[in-house]
Amino acid sequence: MSNNRVSRRQFLNYTLTGVGGFMAAGMLMPMVRFAIDPVLQSKGAGDFVPTDQKVAELTETPVKVNFSFEQVDAWYKSDVTAMAWVYKEGDKVVALSPVCKHLGCTVGWEGDKNHPDEFFCACHAGRYHKNGENIPGTPPLGPLDEFEVEEKDGLLLIGPVRPNTLVKK
Amino acid sequence: MLNKIYDWVDERLDITPIWRDIADHEVPEHVNPAHHFSAFVYCFGGLTFFITVIQILSGMFLTMYYVPDVENAWKSVYYLQNEVAFGEIVRGMHHWGASLVIVMMFLHTLRVFFTGSYKKPRELNWIVGVGIFGVMIGLGFTGYLLPWDMKALFATKVGLEIAGSVPFIGDMIKVLLAGDTTIIGAQTLTRFFAIHVFFLPAALFALLAAHFIMIRRQGISGPL
Repeated sequence: MSNNRVSRRQFLNYTLTGVGGFMAAGMLMPMVRFAIDPVLQSKGAGDFVPTDQKVAELTETPVKVNFSFEQVDAWYKSDVTAMAWVYKEGDKVVALSPVCKHLGCTVGWEGDKNHPDEFFCACHAGRYHKNGENIPGTPPLGPLDEFEVEEKDGLLLIGPVRPNTLVKK
Repeated sequence: MLNKIYDWVDERLDITPIWRDIADHEVPEHVNPAHHFSAFVYCFGGLTFFITVIQILSGMFLTMYYVPDVENAWKSVYYLQNEVAFGEIVRGMHHWGASLVIVMMFLHTLRVFFTGSYKKPRELNWIVGVGIFGVMIGLGFTGYLLPWDMKALFATKVGLEIAGSVPFIGDMIKVLLAGDTTIIGAQTLTRFFAIHVFFLPAALFALLAAHFIMIRRQGISGPL
Protein backbone atom coordinates (compact mmCIF):
# COMPACT_ATOMS: atom_id res chain seq x y z
CA MET A 1 0.00 0.00 0.00
CA SER A 2 2.62 2.52 1.06
CA ASN A 3 4.69 1.55 -1.98
CA ASN A 4 2.06 3.03 -4.31
CA ARG A 5 2.35 6.74 -3.96
CA VAL A 6 -0.85 8.48 -4.96
CA SER A 7 -0.04 11.46 -7.09
CA ARG A 8 -1.81 14.77 -6.68
CA ARG A 9 -3.49 14.23 -10.06
CA GLN A 10 -4.70 10.77 -9.06
CA PHE A 11 -5.98 12.00 -5.73
CA LEU A 12 -7.95 14.77 -7.42
CA ASN A 13 -9.27 12.33 -10.00
CA TYR A 14 -10.50 9.94 -7.33
CA THR A 15 -12.11 12.57 -5.14
CA LEU A 16 -13.80 14.34 -8.05
CA THR A 17 -15.07 11.05 -9.49
CA GLY A 18 -16.32 10.04 -6.05
CA VAL A 19 -18.10 13.30 -5.32
CA GLY A 20 -19.47 13.48 -8.86
CA GLY A 21 -20.67 9.89 -8.67
CA PHE A 22 -22.33 10.57 -5.34
CA MET A 23 -24.17 13.58 -6.76
CA ALA A 24 -25.22 11.71 -9.90
CA ALA A 25 -26.47 8.81 -7.79
CA GLY A 26 -28.43 11.17 -5.54
CA MET A 27 -30.06 12.59 -8.64
CA LEU A 28 -30.70 9.35 -10.49
CA MET A 29 -31.66 7.06 -7.60
CA PRO A 30 -35.12 8.58 -6.99
CA MET A 31 -35.85 8.59 -10.73
CA VAL A 32 -34.81 4.98 -11.24
CA ARG A 33 -36.73 3.80 -8.17
CA PHE A 34 -39.73 5.78 -9.48
CA ALA A 35 -39.48 4.04 -12.84
CA ILE A 36 -39.10 0.50 -11.53
CA ASP A 37 -41.92 0.89 -8.98
CA PRO A 38 -44.37 -1.41 -10.82
CA VAL A 39 -41.90 -4.28 -10.53
CA LEU A 40 -41.58 -3.82 -6.77
CA GLN A 41 -45.22 -3.13 -5.87
CA SER A 42 -46.77 -6.00 -3.95
CA LYS A 43 -50.15 -7.20 -5.14
CA GLY A 44 -52.70 -8.12 -2.50
CA ALA A 45 -54.34 -11.53 -2.73
CA GLY A 46 -57.48 -11.46 -4.86
CA ASP A 47 -61.00 -11.75 -3.48
CA PHE A 48 -63.60 -14.35 -4.32
CA VAL A 49 -65.95 -13.04 -7.01
CA PRO A 50 -69.57 -14.20 -7.24
CA THR A 51 -70.92 -15.67 -10.48
CA ASP A 52 -74.42 -16.58 -11.75
CA GLN A 53 -73.48 -20.24 -12.10
CA LYS A 54 -75.49 -22.64 -9.90
CA VAL A 55 -73.13 -25.29 -8.62
CA ALA A 56 -75.90 -27.92 -8.83
CA GLU A 57 -76.19 -27.39 -12.57
CA LEU A 58 -72.54 -28.12 -13.31
CA THR A 59 -71.73 -31.33 -15.15
CA GLU A 60 -68.60 -33.15 -16.18
CA THR A 61 -68.51 -31.09 -19.38
CA PRO A 62 -66.64 -27.77 -19.02
CA VAL A 63 -68.86 -24.68 -19.39
CA LYS A 64 -67.90 -21.05 -19.80
CA VAL A 65 -68.54 -19.06 -16.59
CA ASN A 66 -68.16 -15.29 -16.77
CA PHE A 67 -67.33 -13.26 -13.71
CA SER A 68 -66.97 -9.50 -13.31
CA PHE A 69 -64.94 -7.51 -10.85
CA GLU A 70 -63.72 -3.98 -10.37
CA GLN A 71 -60.16 -3.70 -11.61
CA VAL A 72 -57.99 -0.92 -10.20
CA ASP A 73 -55.35 -0.05 -12.76
CA ALA A 74 -53.32 2.73 -11.11
CA TRP A 75 -55.57 5.81 -11.56
CA TYR A 76 -58.09 3.99 -13.76
CA LYS A 77 -60.90 1.90 -12.28
CA SER A 78 -63.07 -0.25 -14.52
CA ASP A 79 -65.36 -3.26 -14.46
CA VAL A 80 -63.68 -6.18 -16.12
CA THR A 81 -65.33 -9.41 -17.20
CA ALA A 82 -63.17 -12.52 -17.16
CA MET A 83 -63.99 -16.15 -17.86
CA ALA A 84 -63.28 -19.62 -16.50
CA TRP A 85 -63.91 -23.16 -17.80
CA VAL A 86 -65.82 -24.91 -15.00
CA TYR A 87 -66.80 -28.56 -14.62
CA LYS A 88 -67.34 -31.16 -11.93
CA GLU A 89 -64.86 -33.87 -11.16
CA GLY A 90 -66.91 -36.16 -8.92
CA ASP A 91 -68.05 -33.76 -6.19
CA LYS A 92 -65.19 -31.39 -6.71
CA VAL A 93 -65.69 -28.23 -8.76
CA VAL A 94 -62.81 -27.42 -11.09
CA ALA A 95 -62.36 -23.96 -12.64
CA LEU A 96 -59.59 -23.65 -15.20
CA SER A 97 -58.14 -20.42 -16.49
CA PRO A 98 -58.68 -20.02 -20.25
CA VAL A 99 -55.30 -18.35 -20.69
CA CYS A 100 -53.08 -20.48 -22.91
CA LYS A 101 -49.69 -21.20 -21.38
CA HIS A 102 -48.00 -20.78 -24.73
CA LEU A 103 -48.44 -17.07 -25.43
CA GLY A 104 -51.59 -16.08 -23.55
CA CYS A 105 -54.41 -16.47 -26.07
CA THR A 106 -57.79 -17.80 -24.92
CA VAL A 107 -58.43 -21.53 -25.16
CA GLY A 108 -61.81 -23.04 -26.01
CA TRP A 109 -63.35 -26.37 -24.95
CA GLU A 110 -63.54 -28.57 -28.01
CA GLY A 111 -62.40 -25.56 -30.00
CA ASP A 112 -61.31 -27.81 -32.83
CA LYS A 113 -63.51 -30.45 -34.50
CA ASN A 114 -60.63 -32.90 -34.88
CA HIS A 115 -59.81 -32.87 -31.18
CA PRO A 116 -62.89 -33.63 -29.06
CA ASP A 117 -62.66 -33.65 -25.26
CA GLU A 118 -59.74 -31.26 -25.32
CA PHE A 119 -59.05 -27.58 -24.80
CA PHE A 120 -57.78 -26.00 -27.98
CA CYS A 121 -55.97 -22.74 -28.58
CA ALA A 122 -56.65 -21.30 -32.03
CA CYS A 123 -53.52 -19.14 -32.17
CA HIS A 124 -50.92 -21.88 -32.56
CA ALA A 125 -52.97 -25.06 -32.18
CA GLY A 126 -52.03 -25.67 -28.56
CA ARG A 127 -53.98 -28.50 -26.94
CA TYR A 128 -54.76 -29.55 -23.36
CA HIS A 129 -56.51 -32.49 -21.72
CA LYS A 130 -59.64 -31.83 -19.71
CA ASN A 131 -57.66 -31.47 -16.46
CA GLY A 132 -55.57 -28.76 -18.10
CA GLU A 133 -52.55 -30.91 -18.85
CA ASN A 134 -50.78 -29.74 -21.97
CA ILE A 135 -50.44 -32.33 -24.72
CA PRO A 136 -46.81 -32.98 -25.65
CA GLY A 137 -45.91 -31.98 -29.18
CA THR A 138 -48.15 -28.89 -29.09
CA PRO A 139 -46.76 -25.44 -28.27
CA PRO A 140 -47.75 -24.99 -24.57
CA LEU A 141 -45.04 -25.92 -22.07
CA GLY A 142 -47.23 -26.22 -18.96
CA PRO A 143 -50.76 -27.03 -17.79
CA LEU A 144 -53.58 -24.47 -17.65
CA ASP A 145 -53.80 -22.48 -14.41
CA GLU A 146 -56.61 -23.12 -12.00
CA PHE A 147 -58.91 -20.78 -10.05
CA GLU A 148 -59.68 -21.35 -6.41
CA VAL A 149 -63.44 -21.89 -6.04
CA GLU A 150 -66.01 -21.55 -3.29
CA GLU A 151 -69.75 -22.12 -3.05
CA LYS A 152 -72.20 -19.70 -1.44
CA ASP A 153 -76.00 -20.06 -1.46
CA GLY A 154 -75.67 -22.64 -4.22
CA LEU A 155 -73.77 -20.24 -6.46
CA LEU A 156 -70.18 -20.53 -7.61
CA LEU A 157 -67.52 -18.07 -6.42
CA ILE A 158 -64.26 -17.69 -8.31
CA GLY A 159 -61.10 -16.81 -6.42
CA PRO A 160 -57.46 -16.08 -7.12
CA VAL A 161 -55.62 -17.99 -9.81
CA ARG A 162 -52.95 -20.54 -8.87
CA PRO A 163 -50.84 -23.16 -10.68
CA ASN A 164 -52.66 -26.30 -11.78
CA THR A 165 -53.05 -28.84 -8.96
CA LEU A 166 -54.88 -31.58 -10.93
CA VAL A 167 -52.08 -32.72 -13.20
CA LYS A 168 -50.01 -35.44 -11.58
CA LYS A 169 -46.41 -35.45 -12.66
CA MET B 1 -10.89 -3.32 -16.92
CA LEU B 2 -12.55 -0.10 -18.06
CA ASN B 3 -9.16 1.19 -19.17
CA LYS B 4 -8.65 -1.91 -21.28
CA ILE B 5 -12.04 -1.56 -22.97
CA TYR B 6 -11.29 2.10 -23.61
CA ASP B 7 -7.87 1.28 -25.06
CA TRP B 8 -9.37 -1.43 -27.27
CA VAL B 9 -11.92 0.99 -28.74
CA ASP B 10 -9.44 3.85 -28.92
CA GLU B 11 -6.91 1.73 -30.80
CA ARG B 12 -9.49 1.11 -33.52
CA LEU B 13 -11.49 4.35 -33.63
CA ASP B 14 -9.08 6.95 -32.23
CA ILE B 15 -11.74 8.47 -29.97
CA THR B 16 -9.38 10.40 -27.69
CA PRO B 17 -9.23 13.52 -29.89
CA ILE B 18 -13.03 13.65 -29.97
CA TRP B 19 -13.58 14.04 -26.26
CA ARG B 20 -10.35 16.00 -25.77
CA ASP B 21 -11.72 18.54 -28.18
CA ILE B 22 -14.90 18.83 -26.12
CA ALA B 23 -13.67 18.47 -22.55
CA ASP B 24 -10.01 19.40 -22.46
CA HIS B 25 -9.62 23.14 -22.49
CA GLU B 26 -8.02 25.62 -20.17
CA VAL B 27 -10.17 27.70 -17.89
CA PRO B 28 -8.77 31.25 -17.84
CA GLU B 29 -7.73 32.54 -14.44
CA HIS B 30 -10.30 35.34 -14.31
CA VAL B 31 -13.23 32.88 -14.62
CA ASN B 32 -11.85 30.31 -12.18
CA PRO B 33 -13.34 30.57 -8.67
CA ALA B 34 -10.24 28.86 -7.30
CA HIS B 35 -8.24 31.99 -8.21
CA HIS B 36 -10.78 34.70 -7.56
CA PHE B 37 -13.77 33.60 -5.55
CA SER B 38 -15.96 36.28 -7.13
CA ALA B 39 -15.53 34.39 -10.41
CA PHE B 40 -18.33 32.06 -9.27
CA VAL B 41 -20.64 34.32 -11.27
CA TYR B 42 -19.15 32.66 -14.36
CA CYS B 43 -20.66 29.35 -13.19
CA PHE B 44 -24.27 30.47 -13.64
CA GLY B 45 -24.46 29.38 -17.28
CA GLY B 46 -23.13 25.92 -16.44
CA LEU B 47 -25.50 25.66 -13.50
CA THR B 48 -28.42 26.59 -15.74
CA PHE B 49 -27.42 23.76 -18.04
CA PHE B 50 -27.06 21.36 -15.09
CA ILE B 51 -30.61 22.12 -13.94
CA THR B 52 -31.81 21.80 -17.53
CA VAL B 53 -30.38 18.27 -17.57
CA ILE B 54 -32.27 17.50 -14.34
CA GLN B 55 -35.44 18.87 -15.95
CA ILE B 56 -35.00 16.68 -19.02
CA LEU B 57 -34.33 13.54 -16.96
CA SER B 58 -37.10 14.05 -14.41
CA GLY B 59 -39.50 15.00 -17.22
CA MET B 60 -38.70 11.81 -19.11
CA PHE B 61 -39.45 9.76 -16.03
CA LEU B 62 -42.68 11.65 -15.27
CA THR B 63 -44.10 10.78 -18.70
CA MET B 64 -43.96 7.11 -17.65
CA TYR B 65 -47.05 7.81 -15.55
CA TYR B 66 -48.58 11.02 -16.86
CA VAL B 67 -51.45 11.07 -19.39
CA PRO B 68 -52.38 14.26 -21.25
CA ASP B 69 -56.13 13.69 -21.12
CA VAL B 70 -58.79 15.78 -19.39
CA GLU B 71 -60.29 12.76 -17.62
CA ASN B 72 -57.07 11.27 -16.35
CA ALA B 73 -54.38 13.95 -16.24
CA TRP B 74 -55.04 15.09 -12.70
CA LYS B 75 -55.62 11.53 -11.48
CA SER B 76 -52.38 10.31 -13.00
CA VAL B 77 -50.45 13.18 -11.42
CA TYR B 78 -52.09 12.42 -8.07
CA TYR B 79 -51.23 8.75 -8.48
CA LEU B 80 -47.60 9.27 -9.44
CA GLN B 81 -47.10 11.73 -6.61
CA ASN B 82 -48.79 9.74 -3.85
CA GLU B 83 -48.71 6.08 -4.83
CA VAL B 84 -45.42 5.65 -6.69
CA ALA B 85 -42.16 5.38 -4.75
CA PHE B 86 -40.21 8.67 -4.84
CA GLY B 87 -43.03 10.20 -6.89
CA GLU B 88 -43.06 13.25 -4.66
CA ILE B 89 -39.30 13.65 -5.14
CA VAL B 90 -39.29 13.21 -8.91
CA ARG B 91 -42.24 15.54 -9.43
CA GLY B 92 -40.70 17.91 -6.90
CA MET B 93 -37.46 18.00 -8.88
CA HIS B 94 -39.37 18.94 -12.03
CA HIS B 95 -41.60 21.45 -10.20
CA TRP B 96 -38.87 23.32 -8.30
CA GLY B 97 -36.30 22.87 -11.06
CA ALA B 98 -38.63 24.70 -13.44
CA SER B 99 -38.48 27.82 -11.29
CA LEU B 100 -34.78 27.41 -10.63
CA VAL B 101 -33.95 27.25 -14.34
CA ILE B 102 -35.57 30.64 -14.82
CA VAL B 103 -33.71 32.08 -11.82
CA MET B 104 -30.32 30.72 -12.91
CA MET B 105 -30.90 31.80 -16.49
CA PHE B 106 -31.68 35.30 -15.25
CA LEU B 107 -28.51 35.42 -13.13
CA HIS B 108 -26.48 34.14 -16.10
CA THR B 109 -27.98 36.90 -18.25
CA LEU B 110 -27.07 39.51 -15.62
CA ARG B 111 -23.48 38.23 -15.49
CA VAL B 112 -23.17 38.40 -19.27
CA PHE B 113 -24.68 41.88 -19.23
CA PHE B 114 -22.51 43.36 -16.48
CA THR B 115 -19.26 41.85 -17.80
CA GLY B 116 -20.16 43.19 -21.24
CA SER B 117 -19.68 39.72 -22.70
CA TYR B 118 -22.43 40.30 -25.28
CA LYS B 119 -20.28 42.84 -27.19
CA LYS B 120 -18.54 42.19 -30.48
CA PRO B 121 -17.75 39.45 -31.53
CA ARG B 122 -20.35 37.69 -29.31
CA GLU B 123 -23.56 39.47 -30.38
CA LEU B 124 -24.90 36.37 -32.13
CA ASN B 125 -24.53 34.28 -29.00
CA TRP B 126 -26.52 36.87 -27.05
CA ILE B 127 -29.27 36.60 -29.65
CA VAL B 128 -29.29 32.81 -29.41
CA GLY B 129 -29.39 33.20 -25.62
CA VAL B 130 -32.50 35.36 -25.92
CA GLY B 131 -33.99 32.57 -28.03
CA ILE B 132 -33.22 30.06 -25.27
CA PHE B 133 -34.85 32.44 -22.79
CA GLY B 134 -38.03 32.47 -24.89
CA VAL B 135 -38.07 28.69 -25.24
CA MET B 136 -37.61 28.27 -21.48
CA ILE B 137 -40.50 30.64 -20.76
CA GLY B 138 -42.57 28.63 -23.27
CA LEU B 139 -41.66 25.40 -21.51
CA GLY B 140 -42.72 26.91 -18.20
CA PHE B 141 -46.01 28.15 -19.66
CA THR B 142 -46.95 24.88 -21.38
CA GLY B 143 -45.82 22.70 -18.47
CA TYR B 144 -47.91 24.69 -16.02
CA LEU B 145 -51.16 23.44 -17.56
CA LEU B 146 -50.31 19.76 -17.49
CA PRO B 147 -51.33 18.86 -13.88
CA TRP B 148 -54.81 20.01 -14.96
CA ASP B 149 -55.89 21.52 -11.66
CA MET B 150 -57.74 24.80 -11.15
CA LYS B 151 -54.55 26.84 -10.82
CA ALA B 152 -53.25 25.38 -14.08
CA LEU B 153 -56.52 26.02 -15.89
CA PHE B 154 -56.90 29.65 -14.86
CA ALA B 155 -53.21 30.46 -15.34
CA THR B 156 -53.53 29.15 -18.89
CA LYS B 157 -56.74 31.10 -19.40
CA VAL B 158 -54.87 34.28 -18.49
CA GLY B 159 -51.86 33.31 -20.59
CA LEU B 160 -54.05 32.66 -23.62
CA GLU B 161 -55.79 36.02 -23.15
CA ILE B 162 -52.37 37.69 -23.15
CA ALA B 163 -51.44 35.82 -26.32
CA GLY B 164 -54.79 36.91 -27.78
CA SER B 165 -53.99 40.57 -27.15
CA VAL B 166 -51.31 40.60 -29.88
CA PRO B 167 -52.43 43.09 -32.58
CA PHE B 168 -54.10 41.64 -35.70
CA ILE B 169 -53.03 37.99 -35.32
CA GLY B 170 -53.80 37.62 -31.60
CA ASP B 171 -56.97 35.60 -32.07
CA MET B 172 -55.24 33.22 -34.45
CA ILE B 173 -52.37 32.64 -32.02
CA LYS B 174 -54.89 31.99 -29.27
CA VAL B 175 -56.81 29.40 -31.29
CA LEU B 176 -53.58 27.83 -32.51
CA LEU B 177 -52.44 27.34 -28.91
CA ALA B 178 -55.79 26.36 -27.40
CA GLY B 179 -56.99 24.18 -30.28
CA ASP B 180 -60.49 25.65 -29.98
CA THR B 181 -62.01 29.11 -30.27
CA THR B 182 -63.67 29.08 -26.85
CA ILE B 183 -62.86 25.93 -24.90
CA ILE B 184 -59.73 25.35 -22.88
CA GLY B 185 -60.01 21.59 -22.70
CA ALA B 186 -59.08 18.31 -24.29
CA GLN B 187 -57.35 19.78 -27.33
CA THR B 188 -55.57 22.45 -25.32
CA LEU B 189 -54.12 19.84 -23.00
CA THR B 190 -52.83 17.54 -25.76
CA ARG B 191 -51.39 20.51 -27.66
CA PHE B 192 -49.62 21.87 -24.62
CA PHE B 193 -48.28 18.41 -23.85
CA ALA B 194 -46.94 17.96 -27.38
CA ILE B 195 -45.38 21.44 -27.34
CA HIS B 196 -43.94 20.85 -23.88
CA VAL B 197 -42.30 17.47 -24.51
CA PHE B 198 -41.49 17.48 -28.25
CA PHE B 199 -41.47 20.83 -30.02
CA LEU B 200 -39.90 23.13 -27.44
CA PRO B 201 -37.26 20.63 -26.25
CA ALA B 202 -36.25 20.08 -29.88
CA ALA B 203 -35.88 23.84 -30.32
CA LEU B 204 -34.02 24.03 -27.01
CA PHE B 205 -31.47 21.38 -28.04
CA ALA B 206 -30.75 23.16 -31.31
CA LEU B 207 -30.31 26.53 -29.60
CA LEU B 208 -28.17 25.08 -26.79
CA ALA B 209 -25.93 23.38 -29.35
CA ALA B 210 -25.48 26.70 -31.17
CA HIS B 211 -24.86 28.47 -27.84
CA PHE B 212 -22.11 26.04 -26.81
CA ILE B 213 -20.46 25.75 -30.22
CA MET B 214 -20.15 29.53 -30.34
CA ILE B 215 -18.59 29.61 -26.87
CA ARG B 216 -15.95 27.12 -27.99
CA ARG B 217 -15.31 29.02 -31.22
CA GLN B 218 -14.95 32.39 -29.54
CA GLY B 219 -13.69 31.46 -26.10
CA ILE B 220 -14.77 33.09 -22.86
CA SER B 221 -14.66 36.89 -22.91
CA GLY B 222 -11.62 38.53 -21.32
CA PRO B 223 -11.31 40.02 -17.82
CA LEU B 224 -12.94 43.33 -16.99
